[in-house]
Amino acid sequence: MEDSTPLKQKIEHQELGETGRPWEEMVTTSQDPEPRLSEASESEQGPVTGPQPRSSPPGIPQSGASTPVDDLVGPGVSSPPSPSQEPSSTPSPLALAVQDLMAPWQSDKTTSVISEAGTPHLDHLEQSSDKAESTPHQTCQSEGNTFHQSQQTKCHLYGPRDVSYNNSKRKELRFDIFQEEDSNSDYDLAQPESGASEVAPSMLEIAIQNAKAYLLKSSSKSGLNLYDHLSEMLTKVLDKRPENAVDIIENVSQDVKMEHFSKKLDTLQNENEMLPTYEIAEEQKALFLQGNLEGADQEMEDEIAEHSLPNVMESAFYFEQAGVGLGTDETYRIFLALKQLTDTHPIQKCRFWGKILGLEMNYIVAEVEFHEGEDEEEVEEEDVPEERDNGDSEADEDELPRSFYKAPQAIPKEESRTGANKYVYFVCNEPGRPWVKLPAVTPAQIVIARKIKKFFTGRLDTPIISYPPFPGNESNYLRAQIARISAGTHVSPLGFYHFGEEEEEEEETEGRRDSFEENPDFEGIQVIDLVESLSNWVHHVQHILPQGRCNWFNPIRKSEEEEEAEEEEEEEEEEREEPDYIELEVGPPLLTPISEDLEIQNTPPWTARLSSNLIPQYAIAVLRSNLWTGAYAFSNGKKFENLYIGWGHKYSPDSYTPPVPPPVYQEYPSGPEITEMDDPSVEEEQAFRAAQEAAVNSTEENEETEEDEDAEDDYD
Amino acid sequence: MDEESLLLSLELASGSGQGLSPDRRASLLTSLMLVKRDYRFDRVLFWGRILSLVADYYIAQGLSEDQLSPRKTLYSLNCMEWSLLPPATEEMEMQTSVVKGRFMGDPSHEYEHTELQKVQIKEETRLVSIIDQIDKAVAVIPRGALFKTPFGPIRVNRTFEGLSSSEAKKLSSYFHFREPVELKNKTLLEKADLDPSLDFMDSLEHDIPKGSWSIQMERGNTLVVLRSLLWPGLTFYHAPRTKNYGYIYVGTGEKNIDLPFML
Repeated sequence: MEDSTPLKQKIEHQELGETGRPWEEMVTTSQDPEPRLSEASESEQGPVTGPQPRSSPPGIPQSGASTPVDDLVGPGVSSPPSPSQEPSSTPSPLALAVQDLMAPWQSDKTTSVISEAGTPHLDHLEQSSDKAESTPHQTCQSEGNTFHQSQQTKCHLYGPRDVSYNNSKRKELRFDIFQEEDSNSDYDLAQPESGASEVAPSMLEIAIQNAKAYLLKSSSKSGLNLYDHLSEMLTKVLDKRPENAVDIIENVSQDVKMEHFSKKLDTLQNENEMLPTYEIAEEQKALFLQGNLEGADQEMEDEIAEHSLPNVMESAFYFEQAGVGLGTDETYRIFLALKQLTDTHPIQKCRFWGKILGLEMNYIVAEVEFHEGEDEEEVEEEDVPEERDNGDSEADEDELPRSFYKAPQAIPKEESRTGANKYVYFVCNEPGRPWVKLPAVTPAQIVIARKIKKFFTGRLDTPIISYPPFPGNESNYLRAQIARISAGTHVSPLGFYHFGEEEEEEEETEGRRDSFEENPDFEGIQVIDLVESLSNWVHHVQHILPQGRCNWFNPIRKSEEEEEAEEEEEEEEEEREEPDYIELEVGPPLLTPISEDLEIQNTPPWTARLSSNLIPQYAIAVLRSNLWTGAYAFSNGKKFENLYIGWGHKYSPDSYTPPVPPPVYQEYPSGPEITEMDDPSVEEEQAFRAAQEAAVNSTEENEETEEDEDAEDDYD
Repeated sequence: MDEESLLLSLELASGSGQGLSPDRRASLLTSLMLVKRDYRFDRVLFWGRILSLVADYYIAQGLSEDQLSPRKTLYSLNCMEWSLLPPATEEMEMQTSVVKGRFMGDPSHEYEHTELQKVQIKEETRLVSIIDQIDKAVAVIPRGALFKTPFGPIRVNRTFEGLSSSEAKKLSSYFHFREPVELKNKTLLEKADLDPSLDFMDSLEHDIPKGSWSIQMERGNTLVVLRSLLWPGLTFYHAPRTKNYGYIYVGTGEKNIDLPFML
């Protein structure tokens, strides 16, 4: 609305300019219209040149006394306060007011909103100005009056202030205008209204009044009003001058509204939001600083001598060639975290096993082998004692029928360092977080892990709710999956490992050997060979039998089985009624080539590829498992490494079918003794008796008759 | 992910483990630019990679000015030569619903399926249909990244400054990057709170089954990663308070039908 004022006034200038002294007519009550006019024009120079350069705007007073704007712009800035022939304060406000009007008018020209707002008024003005020359100035006058009225409240809010012609203060300028005009109108009113012909406010003025009042109405919801909002918006647009401003004007409007609610919070609240970020950053900082310990020199030597830390970055480089990996800086952090692990635990060998994704958090897994004899003691196995407790409690109760159910004996887990428990695994959620050791895996857990399929959540103590019920929580399930993945996908080039020569000859374990060592004579295999033929790769982790162990454990006690002798928990085994014959489970022996792996419904279990087709000379062989999606192995002929990054589940083209519950247990065998039969009807009984009486006569049948009668009584 | 910010996007999406090797990256950067010029796309997105038995498919999509208009899909086996794929139809989807197992790696391979009669389905058809399904099901875009102009076309919002940290953790701040399906079913009360220029797509909140998205903060809370559990391999990343966001699919191209058992 305020824009209409400058517009109007300019239009009237334009109109009146042709006639001569617009200012004069505008400010009829002023004492010195002409000097004022000249002042106005002069003082226009200053502020007008202050703001941005602009093309010559229309509506510049064309009066003789006032030079066209170009001329105004040209000459240097003269001080706004009037070189006054009129020392009174009002001329300068008026002049300033005019300047204010000029400046916004010129800059606002570029925004469409204003043009839209301006045009209707322009129409009005043109019409009105066509009518009479006196009307414009009267409107100005009465406008001054109306503004005065509407600006009553604003008057005290915006005291006189220095009119600075900065862009950002244009809004204030507009209010200045009103204030100035207030004083102007005051001045005008104060003057004897001889000159001012107070014509009754025309329709146009009322319309403008109403429009402005409407724009100033505060919204009941947000307390803003459209007037302020528009002015803020335009200020923002003019400040930033974006491209295609008309297209994004709605967004600008939204942003302005949002700024009202910008957080004026104190720093405490902001910290809350960022706290987890800072925590993690602190932990990771500790990772980076762990090298700065006392006695650094000696430790350096120790470290270099130790070799327990793997060269994760090198493996990561090779894996990146294959398109697998976690990103360089993430890998580096994992590297440092592994270093921290090796520093705090007595570890002989360590390897970055991979990353398992979870719902809420992920797991970073490290495969670790402790020094000989430095295993941490584990919690005693509780599986077998539990079973015995069950049996005892039943005996204590009174004479309840004993069930014949004998729970299948829990297959004991393998000792550490053998079979599925060959390595110890540590996990953490993010590098920098403390490493947690996973418990050893039991065969029961592996057996059931094969039957369920669950996502990991990321918290180790989550219970696994499934059918069949998993004996353990997420840490056990994780460990079981890790064991399965290792057994299924850890491969190495043929010849890298070989069996040690001196051992394993005495044991009669069907030729199965469980240990191997690096072959010092390994000469490497051509990368091309590795890709073309899968028989150049071998599994170096023992296959897990259906029983859940790597080494067959026969639950039936047989004295010649040496493995049983090793297990101390088997002393109090219950004797079975029927000796079960359990089949010996055999799995492929260690170091079997992977070409022997079974196919999954017509898809080969492995995909082998060169890492790059463009530069085959330096490419590496990459092996991708189709059975466990996410398992990768690479080799450049001499070196190799395995990695797993994925969700931790096996692939199957068919959907997962949960196992059905077992059939309902039979309570008792059915036989003729308990089978219900219909009672004989009366005729049948009589016939029966008649038949028997016929047989009574013979002495030999006496005993039978008695028996029959007894039987009859029983039946009755 | 936008091809303009490909390198940064790949780095941010690397948390899922699968990415691109350096030679593929380099080839993509060059070839996508040429694709953009040749097909006159407004924006080219690198959609992802479908792992198959012999050779992987690299998929790119081209967008025109209107972000929600149907996208053109291209595939390549070596990241250099791109071929346009036909648009997906309902019939294709029905055909491919019977095909199970991995992709072969050869676009002209034919799957045979015998039901009433022997039907042969080309792998290319399957590819088209799977890409379309994945897009419709799990392509994600954060709220505020696109806005709807009054005339209808959807445009990229240049004033999108990123979601705030608290917003980024909520599933309701993310939308499906497709024509809205459930929007009409919302009650009037819910619709009243929506901003029609921003909320014109379905949110992820009401996806069935519930919990089919895993939302995580990585890299110490400076990156929010959404992973779909229904189509494992789809990763969406966004760095809160920045303009970086995007999604990539690297996977076998098979739906995870076991999802209800796994949650």
